[in-house]
Amino acid sequence: MQYEAPETTKAAVGLLAKAKGSAYVLAGGSDLLVRMKGGFVEPDLVVDIKRIKPMREIKKTASGFVIGAAVSCAEMNENKALVKAWPGVVEAAGLIGSKQVQSRCTVAGNLCNASPAADSVPALVAAGAKALIQGPKGKRKLPVEQVAVGPGKNALKKGELIEAIELPARKDRSGDAYLRFIPRTEMDIAVVSAGVNLRLDKKGVITEARVALGAVAPTVVLVAAAAKAVIGTKLDEAALAKLGEAASAACKPIDDKRGTIEFRTKVAAVLAKRAAEIAYKRAGGK
Amino acid sequence: MASESTMAHPFEDAPNHVTPTVIHDPILSKTDFRSVGTRPLRPDGLDKVTGRARYGADFNMPGQLVGLVLRSPHAHAKIKKIDTSKAEKLPGVKAVVTAADLPDHTGGDQSMYDILENCMARGVAKYDGHAVAAVAAVDAPTARKALKLIKVDYEVLPHVTDVDEAVKPNAPLVNPRMLTEGVEPKPKKASNIAKRTEFGHGDVDAGFKEADVIVTRSFRTEQTHQGYIEPHACVASVSPDGTGELWVCTQGHFVYRNHCAMLLGMDVSKLRVTSSEIGGGFGGKTHVWAEPVALALSRKANRPVKVTMTREEVFRASGPTSASSIDVKIGARKDGAIVAADATLRFTCGPYYGMWAELGSMTAFACYDLKNVRTVGYEVLVNRPKTAAYRAPSAPMAAFAVESVMDELAHKIGMNAVDFRIKNAAKQGTRASYGPVYGPIGIGATLEAAKKHPHMKAPLGKNQGRGMACGFWFNFGGQTCTDINVGPDGSVTLTVGTVDVGGSRASIALCVAEELGVPYEQVKCIVADTGTLGHNDMTDGSRGTFSSSMAGIFAARNAITVLRERAARMWEIPVEHVTWEDGHAKAVGEKYGNLAPLSLKEIAAAAGNTGGPIAGHSEIVADGAGVSFATHIADVEVDPETGRSKIVRYTVIQDAGKAVHPAYVEGQYQGGAAQGIGWALNEEYIYGKDGRLQNPGFLDYRIPVCSDLPMIDTQILEIPNPNHPYGVRGVGETSIVPPLAAIANAMSNAFGVRMTHVPMSPPRVLKALEAAKKA
Ligand SMILES: Cc1cc2nc3c(=O)[nH]c(=O)nc-3n(C[C@H](O)[C@H](O)[C@H](O)COP(=O)(O)OP(=O)(O)OC[C@H]3O[C@@H](n4cnc5c(N)ncnc54)[C@H](O)[C@@H]3O)c2cc1C
Repeated sequence: MQYEAPETTKAAVGLLAKAKGSAYVLAGGSDLLVRMKGGFVEPDLVVDIKRIKPMREIKKTASGFVIGAAVSCAEMNENKALVKAWPGVVEAAGLIGSKQVQSRCTVAGNLCNASPAADSVPALVAAGAKALIQGPKGKRKLPVEQVAVGPGKNALKKGELIEAIELPARKDRSGDAYLRFIPRTEMDIAVVSAGVNLRLDKKGVITEARVALGAVAPTVVLVAAAAKAVIGTKLDEAALAKLGEAASAACKPIDDKRGTIEFRTKVAAVLAKRAAEIAYKRAGGK
Repeated sequence: MASESTMAHPFEDAPNHVTPTVIHDPILSKTDFRSVGTRPLRPDGLDKVTGRARYGADFNMPGQLVGLVLRSPHAHAKIKKIDTSKAEKLPGVKAVVTAADLPDHTGGDQSMYDILENCMARGVAKYDGHAVAAVAAVDAPTARKALKLIKVDYEVLPHVTDVDEAVKPNAPLVNPRMLTEGVEPKPKKASNIAKRTEFGHGDVDAGFKEADVIVTRSFRTEQTHQGYIEPHACVASVSPDGTGELWVCTQGHFVYRNHCAMLLGMDVSKLRVTSSEIGGGFGGKTHVWAEPVALALSRKANRPVKVTMTREEVFRASGPTSASSIDVKIGARKDGAIVAADATLRFTCGPYYGMWAELGSMTAFACYDLKNVRTVGYEVLVNRPKTAAYRAPSAPMAAFAVESVMDELAHKIGMNAVDFRIKNAAKQGTRASYGPVYGPIGIGATLEAAKKHPHMKAPLGKNQGRGMACGFWFNFGGQTCTDINVGPDGSVTLTVGTVDVGGSRASIALCVAEELGVPYEQVKCIVADTGTLGHNDMTDGSRGTFSSSMAGIFAARNAITVLRERAARMWEIPVEHVTWEDGHAKAVGEKYGNLAPLSLKEIAAAAGNTGGPIAGHSEIVADGAGVSFATHIADVEVDPETGRSKIVRYTVIQDAGKAVHPAYVEGQYQGGAAQGIGWALNEEYIYGKDGRLQNPGFLDYRIPVCSDLPMIDTQILEIPNPNHPYGVRGVGETSIVPPLAAIANAMSNAFGVRMTHVPMSPPRVLKALEAAKKA
């Protein structure tokens, strides 16, 4: 196995593009190293991106935030501006594993690993985040909901990597939230999860909404019907009930060791409603 | 070696051992203590927190090889052929073994044969994870490659993993030769029921006729694992001269020695076993798994071999507890008196004969004074790993069923749950449902303490409920051999043969310091290897501190006899005029009273001139382990929309006899409760339709993490065990017995739903809540 730690994105892309056997990007390694130790993957080339300086930075720009692909989830939680603007995204990143895991792992890695239960992804999807991709043929941008294409499969082509995650600027009277269900308090994988981002008008009526669910389908799903259920409302009982129904209707889960179809479908509604209530409050709604 | 099988199953004769023979010996009624009851720092603490302590995988030998085990991916399959030729040819591979390298030396001892077959499948793989071959190679990558080169030709057979499915008439047979024992006449047709046992007394049917209220319910509990943090690990080294050494993580190195010697066809005295520090065992390290395989590999390779199980192997192949299915029926009069109690218990054993339903049957009603009681147990074979003991084995499941019905019955007759239990609690002189008559016991006292505990009266929050339950465990004594050696400087080495799983080195040293009258710091307790002492039973049945402190105290008394003789010699006076007080020899009587007392140090310094080294020895069967009772109180909060529950407050009240080191006793109470809470809420083996274990890791086998638990409150009661010099009872196991029921009762009190299936995981609770809403 060859290990490389290039200092520029260009070099990293070059290595990946030229690689003959299986090649993997190494960010925090909290998925990759576990899979290597378990004997599930045997890479010929590992390209560590942590020496690439721009990938270690969070940049606040006029159009939002650019989170380098090698920024750890713990670092995201230390960035006050980011925490203020996107509390839902940051709390999702802060739920991954434990303190130790968070000090290594990244949201880009979480996204590329393409687990339907990935914690940061529903929050990123609800936020309308985009993945900035670099490859041998240049740059492209992909909405995060299009990065994972199935369990463990992502849309990146040979030689491509994610350089950064882009979050839009926080609009006024808007807020987001993320909730996951686990039977324990930590060190667990989401049985079902929900990310919600809402924007209100001056009267507290919802004008924009994005609702995303995790662990209920092969990939994280953006539920347009759930957004529709709350737009134009003040998140009253009836709107919440409709939101819950739409969330449940969007679920195509499986029965597995972590939960049943019935349970996931029901709890998806509960979490979507509760996350919406938090987001609504964060947006200034009463 | 017929006694071997009783060593493998020490609880088999538990009824004999627990019958209290009350000894009214004044020497056994010590009440004023100097060392016992204090809380010195743990002697193994510094090494454990700094990483210096050596666990199973920390032993290394020059030239050591890496041993890995190939395991069956099938729940049940005939092994038609194993081709190891390619693996053997791989450079770096030094030995490959299969069952052919472990010929049968068990001489008709069925329980040892089962252990042999469990270590390495013999013709049939009986569960997912069953070992079929093993390799020893120069490094792990080579060993892993070699495993892939072993070709096993399987013929997959029908399997059964579920307890209720396995007892159905047309279930696939796990062992086609198994004829149910304990049924008259002995059946001619094989089944998955290995044994039927029955306990009780009185006339149950007549009793139920007197009942005003009867509650009947069926329960299920899923299989759990002990979840010890340290996986099984050992280094084996067999010399061509036929002697061998084994360094191993175990609860009983003498037992491991005896097992391995038998399975390898060696003399017991030629195999020396050293136990490591142990990162948890809880019953799961009471018989051998990989050790005979490591020895066979070493013998074949003529090199030391280290075998370390992965977590996945620990889950798939080493000792889980039983899954169970239990029916309980209890009847009571309106005044709260129980008139009859009946239970049928089906417990899984894995593919081999076990005594798990039997233990469940014995413990089920042990807390109560019952006129008419009956329990029937069925040992059920399934294609799952061989069941091993897990902390008070089988008692938690039985208590879950019985204590749930007790609560429901109390509710139905309109009596407080604690008062109802107090009214029916067993007392001194009660004939236990499993046979013996109790001596002084603590069930009533723990219930009275629970009633008075502030926890009982504390206000509850929204969606919270409070429950309580009782638990019982036999405790065990067993064979014990201990040495005391006084060093030339007067410091004392205390050599024990019981592995320290919960702080017993400190506790035994406290007892010996007490008896010798010297400070605790002057006594150093070590766990010796098997070459040093006579046979010691393993540390199970909560016997470590109970039995080794008893043997330690007797050894100290023998050492005191020697010390008095030496002092007499130093003074040149008759030994009858020398007593031992406060760590000093004192001359007594008019003639000698003015001689200055001699300290242990002074006597030790002179030993070279008074007869040589000073020692005390003791070998005993530590009979009379006092039975143990506990009452727990649990506050549970349930999210009614998700079924997720949280333990918000928890109290353990238990009789310790005498708490030698109270901090360790509290630790045992808390640890057992923590494991019970995990079992109650989330832990379970999940099998797929293919008979494969779906969750062999801590990610999906959910033991509680720290933040899942509240600080667990403890209250130690001391009702002295008359059979121990200081009144000690075992305290290690009873604390895991009540939590399942206490939590179920709390949920019932909060929401009116009776949970009958453990674990009470969120999907099960949510379903029950919704069903209750509809009804
Ligand atoms: C103990 C433990 C607990 C965990 N708990 C959780 C949890 O609660 N919630 C959760 O969602 N996850 C959890 N995980 C999984 C894991 O921590 C997360 O998925 C994490 O976000 C992965 O990030 P990473 O930087 O460590 O990824 P890595 O392991 O470095 O990479 C993951 C995958 O993505 C690829 N990759 C990484 N970065 C890029 C990039 N920039 N471009 C292209 N490909 C890339 C890698 O090649 C690899 O295939 C846990 C893992 C462990 C070990």
